[in-house]
Amino acid sequence: MKSSRRDFLKIAGVSALGLSAGTLGFLGEGAQAADALPTAQDFAKPSNAKQWGMVIDTAKLDDATMKKCIDACHATHNVPKIEGKQEIKWLWTDDFHATFPTEFPTYLSDDLHHRKFLLLCNHCANPACVRVCPTKATFKNNEGLVIMDYHRCIGCRYCMAGCPYGARSFNFRDPEKFIANMNPLYPHRTRGVVEKCTFCVEKLAQGKLPLCVEASGGAMVFGDLEDPKSPVRQILKDKYAVRRNPAAGTEPSVFYIL
Amino acid sequence: MIEKALKGSPRYFGALLAFLALMGIGGGFYLIQLNNGLMITGLSRDVSWGFYIAQFTYMVGVAASAVMLVLPYYFHHYKAYSKMIIMGEFLAIAAVIMCLGFIVIDIGQPQRMLNVLINSTPRSVLFWDMVVLNGYLVLNVVIGWTSLMAYWKRVTPPAWVKPLVYLSIIWAFSIHTVTAFLYAGLPGRHFWLTAILAARFLSSAFCSGPSILLLMTLLVGKLTKFDPGKEAVKTLSTTITYAMCVNVFFFFLELFTAFYSNMPGHMAPIEFLFNGFQGSTYMTPFMWTASFLAIGSLILLIPPRWRENRDMLVPALIMLVIGTWLDKGMGLIAAGFTPNPFERVTEYLPTGPEMMIALMIYATGGFVLTVLWKIALEVRAEVEGSV
Repeated sequence: MKSSRRDFLKIAGVSALGLSAGTLGFLGEGAQAADALPTAQDFAKPSNAKQWGMVIDTAKLDDATMKKCIDACHATHNVPKIEGKQEIKWLWTDDFHATFPTEFPTYLSDDLHHRKFLLLCNHCANPACVRVCPTKATFKNNEGLVIMDYHRCIGCRYCMAGCPYGARSFNFRDPEKFIANMNPLYPHRTRGVVEKCTFCVEKLAQGKLPLCVEASGGAMVFGDLEDPKSPVRQILKDKYAVRRNPAAGTEPSVFYIL
Repeated sequence: MIEKALKGSPRYFGALLAFLALMGIGGGFYLIQLNNGLMITGLSRDVSWGFYIAQFTYMVGVAASAVMLVLPYYFHHYKAYSKMIIMGEFLAIAAVIMCLGFIVIDIGQPQRMLNVLINSTPRSVLFWDMVVLNGYLVLNVVIGWTSLMAYWKRVTPPAWVKPLVYLSIIWAFSIHTVTAFLYAGLPGRHFWLTAILAARFLSSAFCSGPSILLLMTLLVGKLTKFDPGKEAVKTLSTTITYAMCVNVFFFFLELFTAFYSNMPGHMAPIEFLFNGFQGSTYMTPFMWTASFLAIGSLILLIPPRWRENRDMLVPALIMLVIGTWLDKGMGLIAAGFTPNPFERVTEYLPTGPEMMIALMIYATGGFVLTVLWKIALEVRAEVEGSV
């Protein structure tokens, strides 16, 4: 099961190569999409890691850049824009108190008090959501990504109760109507399933970086936490970084430099 | 034996029709939910479980509580329960059916629910909950039906029932323990993250379940010639009183741990329940009502003279049932999700459609229970009449 995702993408890429010659009527806006479809060559050099991780240099991120990151993620992954408490989000911002409530910041510096922080799935090394899922719809692949099989999810929302970071969203309604520009290259979800950030597993399979990292202008660094030479480990060697609610014992893979 | 359910008074069929009607109305709302998704509920990204799961939890307790009769009757040969025992076992069947129903209406993709079997995941407590609930249902159906059949035929029940009965005693504890483990093993939910949660669940179950059984038995006694026996009522109400004392005691243990330790994460959900959190006080009326009902029921239940007086016992049991229901059916789930991981409050109250869908499950349970109890009562009347 663990490596099947990449195998599948390879096969999908090969099929797409054949299909891209013809018309792609079944995709709706197929004519435009055909050029953008990844080919088998795109999957020839995937990025590999034992445990993907991210370091966010929060001081380097301004509101405009963070919006760019969020928009890139949400637009590509067909994340529906739903207002209110049944919203769906993969990547979003919040203040220090909401991001690090277990720090109980009594006398917080003005700078941090006004700073916004990017929030996303922590792709924990020891994820509670994976532990509780009764169908293995949420699973950890052999690169440390916490990802989902949306077709296996029964919508019990146990993972949402299990996640100590509020990283998961549930499709309370059919999301299709709430996606302004459907990206035919990424599947949208059905109602009744949970979803969340995937660290752009589909980009990593093509040797690319996650979309938010690319849009962050260097403020977000991505790499293998278990490789001492990786860019994330290089930064962590120099700078002190914190993780959200480490006491939950989940070993989050997203680090914040304050 | 099943034919006993097919003949009856207009009142019996009227009750069945009423349950069917409620199931139909609730079913209509469930169709709306199936077509639109759980958007019709009050659930949210932050409070992702609610009324359905709360009712499920309460009903697991009712199902487990049958052991409060089964254990004394089979293990200690306490004969005073001989008339009540089948009622308890059949109530357990109806309660487990409701539990399963509440799970089915709660999940977002019910057509995929067999994935829990197909992709069995033993590390998930939900998998074990499915195992123990279905196992308990089978145990009670087999034991209840076989014992009643033997009684009807005036023979001793087959010997293989005994080991199943002993198994069912342990199994009853397991269903509510595993249900508590659903909650108690989650790292970010302080209100549930307590070693005493399973014990609290069991104590609340062992007072509320027998109270529901006793209230309904007394009601049946008014409607038919059935008499559970003075001794049985007396003993069961004593059990209820002890269990309720333990239940309240366990809650005070939680209060001590949270507030003497002064740890914010442990205090916050309790503050939210009883005093409000960040200005959100929507849950406090429910919890204070539950507290007063709990204490009130104990005041009426503890003195034996009051407890043995039906006019005091019945209101005390009603208070107890409502109090424990508010505690488990309203407070438990909301407090687990509040404050949320961002230390904020998202309010949750069930919507009308949500309550109507839950009513469908309750009506289903009522229907099953009416049919089962009808059979049990007819069999008893026939056997006793022929003596």
